[in-house]
Amino acid sequence: MNFFYFSSPSTFFRLAGRLAPAFFILAAVLAAAGLYVGLVQAPTDAVQGEVYRVIFIHVPAAWMSMFIYFVMACYGAMALTFNSRLSAMMARALAPTGAMFTFVALWTGAFWGRPTWGTYWVWDARITSELVLLFLYLGFIALSNAFEEPRRGDRAASLLSIIGIVNLPIIYFSVQWWNTLHQGSSIKLTGSSMHVTMLTAMLLMTFAAWMYAIAASLVRVRSVILERERRARWVRDLGRT
Amino acid sequence: MKPRTKRAAWIMAGIAALGVAVALVLNAFQSNLVFFFTPTQVAANEAPRDRAFRIGGLVEAGSLARDSDALTVRFKVTDTARTIPVVYTGILPDLFKEGKGVVAQGKLGPDGVFRASEILAKHDENYMPPAAADALKKAGHPMDKGAFAGQKTEKKS
Repeated sequence: MNFFYFSSPSTFFRLAGRLAPAFFILAAVLAAAGLYVGLVQAPTDAVQGEVYRVIFIHVPAAWMSMFIYFVMACYGAMALTFNSRLSAMMARALAPTGAMFTFVALWTGAFWGRPTWGTYWVWDARITSELVLLFLYLGFIALSNAFEEPRRGDRAASLLSIIGIVNLPIIYFSVQWWNTLHQGSSIKLTGSSMHVTMLTAMLLMTFAAWMYAIAASLVRVRSVILERERRARWVRDLGRT
Repeated sequence: MKPRTKRAAWIMAGIAALGVAVALVLNAFQSNLVFFFTPTQVAANEAPRDRAFRIGGLVEAGSLARDSDALTVRFKVTDTARTIPVVYTGILPDLFKEGKGVVAQGKLGPDGVFRASEILAKHDENYMPPAAADALKKAGHPMDKGAFAGQKTEKKS
């Protein structure tokens, strides 16, 4: 099999169309399991009571916001290096989902912070750098649409995504490098400081978010492909059948 | 060199240069990115004298006292090395407790008392059911050291 077979927009269009429903189903099943374990089975927290359950949305969203950015920047780097059309389209398709998860992380964080810390918002290093991530996503989306010619938008936005990658270690390590109101990471390489049922629910929700991100970006990349390739014969043939 | 290898090299070089630049900038701004000062830092005169700042630490066990108006509270913030007395009038967050993490914003008076205008609770990254927490407490495990464990509590030289 040709390794680059699916790097052509027309073949990837069909592949994405076949894969997306499977990932949506996976996401729904995992989310149902995660919500059941998180809201029904997981015990009440000793310090925070029930409010800690926001973690089952907050942490998966925050992880995905960083992970999607990383994947998006990798596609951006590929688009710049190999001048491959599909990579730039994938980066474009990922950005709104990443921005959505960033917003969810900030939003749930605010509503978690109010009853626990006593404030919706503080300008500490963790929260500020996550807000910067949201602006990087918005900047990427704006820049990729700022040019008459889409390929120029691709190049500019890809460059921005690569530059913005320096923010990822800042977000992740902010709670270690500086004094922050935000607590440290519960999950480290050395282990977790969470009750095992809570951890299970959080991981299930993370995989659900991951599968959703794949499904959503596959659906979105199909529209991007159609829009970009609208003059190609295979797209016009689609309309005919 | 193939053009694509060259482009990749430029991108890598660009990221590396950018990374170094950001590292330098962050290092230079280190002190300005501090969200709060620890009592030890305050004792070492690292905190601003004439303007508001935040202090962070644990509420010293047994130090919490309420004035007769029931709204003014006095307590001591400790990082186990130094303590600072704090006075605050207002509503405390739910997680505010003796032995737990706290971040207070306000000014240090000439008498060494920190007059707080805002109190925030800082919790740690441990999540467990009450039974497990009780068991830990009985075993004499200091549950709330974690709130400040991963953080820089002293200045790097």
